[in-house]
Amino acid sequence: MSNSNNHKLLIKTDRSSYPQPDESGKLQVDLDSGKYVKVWHGPNHPGVTGNMSLELTLCGDEVVEAKTHVGYLHRGFEKIFERRTWMQCFPTVVRMCVPEPDSNEYNLAASMEELSNVEVPEYAQWMRTLVLEMARISNLLRLLPAHGGTMGLGLGVQWGVYLRDLILDRFEELTGARIYHMYIIPGGVRGKMPDGFKKRLISNLDDIDDFLIRLKRLVIDNAVFKKRSIGTGYINPSWVDKYGIVGPNARAAGYKRDVRKDNPYLIYDQLDFEPYVDNEAASDIFSRTWVRFMDLKYGVEMIRQILDKMPNDGEILGKIPNALNWKIPTGQTYVRSESSRGEYGFFAVADGSEYPRRINLRGPSYTHAIALLEKLLVNANISDVSAIMVSLATCPPEIER
Amino acid sequence: MEDKKTFIDPDLTKRTVIGPNGEDITVDPIQDYFCDALPKKHEPKRAKIFENFFNWARAESIWVLGFGTGCGSIELYPLLTPRFDAYRFGVQMRPTPRQANLMIISGYLSVKTLKRAIRSYEQMQNPKFVMALGSCTINGGMYFDSYNTINRLDKYMPVDVYVAGCMPRPEAILAGFEALKKRIKAGKAEGANLYAENFETYKANQKKIIRDWNMPDYNW
Amino acid sequence: MEKIIQHLQGAFDVKAVKKQRNDLYFVTVGKDQAIPAVTYLRDAEGFSHLVMITVADWMEKGVFELNYIVHNYQLHADISICTNIDREEATMHSAHHLWEQAWTYQRELKEMYGIEFPGSPRVDESFNLEGWDNIPPMRREFDTLKYANETFFPRPGRVSHDPATYMKQKLYPNE
Ligand code: SF4
Repeated sequence: MSNSNNHKLLIKTDRSSYPQPDESGKLQVDLDSGKYVKVWHGPNHPGVTGNMSLELTLCGDEVVEAKTHVGYLHRGFEKIFERRTWMQCFPTVVRMCVPEPDSNEYNLAASMEELSNVEVPEYAQWMRTLVLEMARISNLLRLLPAHGGTMGLGLGVQWGVYLRDLILDRFEELTGARIYHMYIIPGGVRGKMPDGFKKRLISNLDDIDDFLIRLKRLVIDNAVFKKRSIGTGYINPSWVDKYGIVGPNARAAGYKRDVRKDNPYLIYDQLDFEPYVDNEAASDIFSRTWVRFMDLKYGVEMIRQILDKMPNDGEILGKIPNALNWKIPTGQTYVRSESSRGEYGFFAVADGSEYPRRINLRGPSYTHAIALLEKLLVNANISDVSAIMVSLATCPPEIER
Repeated sequence: MEDKKTFIDPDLTKRTVIGPNGEDITVDPIQDYFCDALPKKHEPKRAKIFENFFNWARAESIWVLGFGTGCGSIELYPLLTPRFDAYRFGVQMRPTPRQANLMIISGYLSVKTLKRAIRSYEQMQNPKFVMALGSCTINGGMYFDSYNTINRLDKYMPVDVYVAGCMPRPEAILAGFEALKKRIKAGKAEGANLYAENFETYKANQKKIIRDWNMPDYNW
Repeated sequence: MEKIIQHLQGAFDVKAVKKQRNDLYFVTVGKDQAIPAVTYLRDAEGFSHLVMITVADWMEKGVFELNYIVHNYQLHADISICTNIDREEATMHSAHHLWEQAWTYQRELKEMYGIEFPGSPRVDESFNLEGWDNIPPMRREFDTLKYANETFFPRPGRVSHDPATYMKQKLYPNE
């Protein structure tokens, strides 16, 4: 206790020369005085996120003002959907989030099925769950070591990306593509498991178990990483509702937020799992890293469980109308699933024609990377900026679409 | 209390320094200095055998600007990690355009990114090459009708190699590097000269879509 | 859930209620009552999480349909408060005082649809687009293909087919 207090005292600085708030509470930052420097961070990406830039105003090496600028990846998806039939939207929609495209596929498929009352066979549901979980661990394998990567520990990233590639190989075997699988189609899935797939997947999972032990020694037990991450980027648990924080970031703040548990979809209610919650609500970079670490560990367990419990064979496609002019009756819905970054939802409106009226995506980064990040970066050190940004699992393509 | 206007950092004041040849040079640390002379065409000046040697050296040290622009940048991680390991071929990432000689446009370019990409391209030193990944850079790909992504990259900057696919696999990108090397060794990768020769056309095309052009025409 | 809907009907002038799933209701109210209804759901009924603010453009009816989707973590249920606003003079009350992220949505809607949110911070800054001088792109009257063909340089020889007719021609020409 006394130790940590000492630590706090040491880093306390004299703030009298820093910008002071005026009567309205706004900071007085006068760029002409030469005291402040404006630094553009990005859009060339610093860690493993996409293109996004931060406009930082610095006083010394401390950030006094931060603004997020997005739009470097804006493709106007929601506009070009107006010109696509529902089925043509399908290859487009996966490109919304590059590292984890399967949640997009699932959400679009689920909203189409809900609006036009299509039943999905049980085997297809198990396959969907398997693919979603594989996508989760493949994204976490890229993201988790990057927490160390932003502090200069590049080795973990090399290991992680290699293992991710092994999972991508399994994807390729199952779906024919490495990144954009387009496997979860409306009505079911696109194929069955090839022979020997299970065995190869399980051997990859064993590799990942091994990797987790090494990663813990390399990154999480590392003294430098601990020193820099404990206490940095602290999210006050009372902000969770105010800022709409979801997923691992909320779980690090002591809230149990997991769509798989709260609103079970697919066959998650038949699985036995418990998302990891940081009960001490430490809510700093270290705690978020640890939550992701446990997520990855549980994700591996979960895939083993799915492979154990799933039926060996079955129907893969339910009864769907002619896919080329699938008219969806008027209606609107909101479906959600849990991606590795948190709640991921689609708001879909149909107007009775073949073309969607509106498909809108709610990605977790939309709140994390703009309102929350701008708040967290104030008073942070410039060297922690990319660490904080990556620890929130920022993914710009889903902000701007 | 000190008036905030009168606080001026002594390091940031305008001052006169004496140059190497004894002339006076005024420096203003707050102002940006850059050269805005238009690009020039570089003719090969040396004997053929030396040119070939230089081209061989250039081909074997491809330094990529670490600027991922589209979906394709996700395949650049496997490319640079142990599985595919592009370092074997002398390919490595550089953080700044000043040290790079290859720009990889890894997918669709929105208008906002195009502005940054052009600026980075112009800041790269000669000789410089451009490699474009994916169908988006060839004809617009699946965003051919989008209001915010360009359709053809070669209207805005000279492209040396295209790698087709949506998205191209790391093996395909490695093959692209091989193709680029062949072109450089044969002395055909003259993108920078093409840019200098047709500078007006390229600028006109760029200015057509970048509405708020608030930077110098050419700077490096 | 039914109880909450009844409370809402008692307190506000509810125009329509649509049950989509057991845990998802769409409740339509008037323009001036939308923000009070959302505030009521947040403060009194525990719908503490703002999922999203979104708009569907109904050009033929001349309205924008705004949706405020809120989520309750105790009941694990959502309610979407819908309201219709006029397309020509699109103005809406701002919700930035309720949730911190609300102004981001409003800033996007202002840019993409041209809906005004008086009082919302930074609402006039550009979000996705830079130097845009056309009508807001997400409005349905904006023709993105025409704009793209005029502005960018389509590669000659690129064709696109309507999949239904094209597949029929290619695969089953005699049917
Ligand atoms: S070609 Fe395909 S993968 Fe590449 S940027 Fe375009 S849509 Fe993305």
